[in-house]
Amino acid sequence: MGSNIDALTTVFTEFYYWVTVVFMFLIHVGFCVYEVGVARRRNHMHTLMKNTMLIPVVTVTFFFFGWWIYWAFPNFPMAIDFAAGAPYTPWAENMGTNLGDRITGVFWAAFLLFSWTAASIVSGACIERIKTKAFLIHAVLIGSVFWIIDASWGWHWGGWMVKYLGYHDAYASGVIHAIAGGYALGILMVLGPRLGKFAKDGTPRDIPPHNPWLVTIGFFLIYTGFWGFYAACNVPIISPEVIDGQLTGVTWTATNIYLAPTTLGAITMNFLMSLSGGLMVAYLVSKGDAFWTYSGGLAGIITASAGNDLYHPIQAMLIGGFGAYAAFKLHNYVEKRFKIDDAVGAVAVHGYAGFIGVVICGFMLWGAPSSPYEGYAAISPWGQLIGAIIMFGLLGFLPGYLVSKLMQAKGMLRIPASVEIRGLDAMTNEAYESAVADIQAAEKRRLNEQSK
Amino acid sequence: MATTSYTSWAADLADVGVVYPFAGSEVVMVILGVVFWITCQVLMSKMEDEELEAEEKAASSSSSGSNIDRY
Repeated sequence: MGSNIDALTTVFTEFYYWVTVVFMFLIHVGFCVYEVGVARRRNHMHTLMKNTMLIPVVTVTFFFFGWWIYWAFPNFPMAIDFAAGAPYTPWAENMGTNLGDRITGVFWAAFLLFSWTAASIVSGACIERIKTKAFLIHAVLIGSVFWIIDASWGWHWGGWMVKYLGYHDAYASGVIHAIAGGYALGILMVLGPRLGKFAKDGTPRDIPPHNPWLVTIGFFLIYTGFWGFYAACNVPIISPEVIDGQLTGVTWTATNIYLAPTTLGAITMNFLMSLSGGLMVAYLVSKGDAFWTYSGGLAGIITASAGNDLYHPIQAMLIGGFGAYAAFKLHNYVEKRFKIDDAVGAVAVHGYAGFIGVVICGFMLWGAPSSPYEGYAAISPWGQLIGAIIMFGLLGFLPGYLVSKLMQAKGMLRIPASVEIRGLDAMTNEAYESAVADIQAAEKRRLNEQSK
Repeated sequence: MATTSYTSWAADLADVGVVYPFAGSEVVMVILGVVFWITCQVLMSKMEDEELEAEEKAASSSSSGSNIDRY
């Protein structure tokens, strides 16, 4: 830090990312609350613990190799940039307490929280029948390998998708949501539906959330955390010379992840307008169903996210409304047609809405620069379509499906049917009731002895 | 083809204002937005009327009593 203005900028940036990380923690709290609300009472604790334990396994693996992948893989598989990745290996000095680098830690943490989100999206889809050990392997793969590869390709200022396809995905419609939705679909196709989900003639049965109120609180928490997510996708303040691209003049700015200018004001308006468009349409199309209205609000934000750094708020609202409609319709169509049991609608809300959002962005921002750097492809519908297929299909669906097939062959994917019927928490609940009966009896004995 | 008024960030940001796509079509966007909002609100209103009508038809003294018991 050469001067006090440099110091101020650095400490401001450090504090900015730190705040986003704290906000984003609420996404995970929301997912946990929401999943437990959807799960039946006999599966509560296992549902909660499955999602909770992704926190440590994704965190440590993201420290050991996930963060390095982001910096070393922008041109993978053509090349691995070992020099760029070197400061982010777990043995590098930048990855420890270091007064010469105040940003790596908070930037790492912001990306880590994105990783949790990717894994948590997958978690909800396969509740009540996946083995926790299988899920935690999936969590490491989606959270510390596949999503961060896609981030390196399409969410890094030097990523090959940005350079050659003009890929633009400012708030992660594709790089978080489409990939996680695609990955979840890959698992679900192998995992199969919950017992009783489909009648003999194939008609899907509704398995209502055990506690709709808990579900809605979970959604509110996810919305709140999403604010932090949006802010974390920006660089809060940067000067043109640091970007060393084509920006001229001396005006400092906030930028998106590609170092292209935007404003916090713009993304705040667009976040709220896309949420509103999604909520209104989802309320109508689901006939006032709370679960789908809230899901539609989320789908609205996710659909507009790819271009929410540049959209006009009315555009964000209309795109959000369309995304919510598409997610609802596609969820029901895929459920009936392909017998896919997505317990929380994650594939639709994150996967389909994310995919559609990336493609819409190609039309809306057609011809706009994808980067401030010279020679990069402009944003286009075909670049975005190829990008969406890479996110949802190549890095999402395909690994989710193949790894699940392998797990299925080894018998480690799905819990036994008898346990599924009885409930994952049966023994825990019996032990709990036994402990309660035991302590109550002991206390009553003591009370009787005192009264004599 | 470009939906924005710029195709490069080679500019002094002090001179840059609007960056959203289809700039200049604000009035059209507002009309579309207002139509969207009013349509949604009218449909929500109709939906509530239909729901209340159905609830009214389904109401009976016995079912109302049990609902009071449920609190």
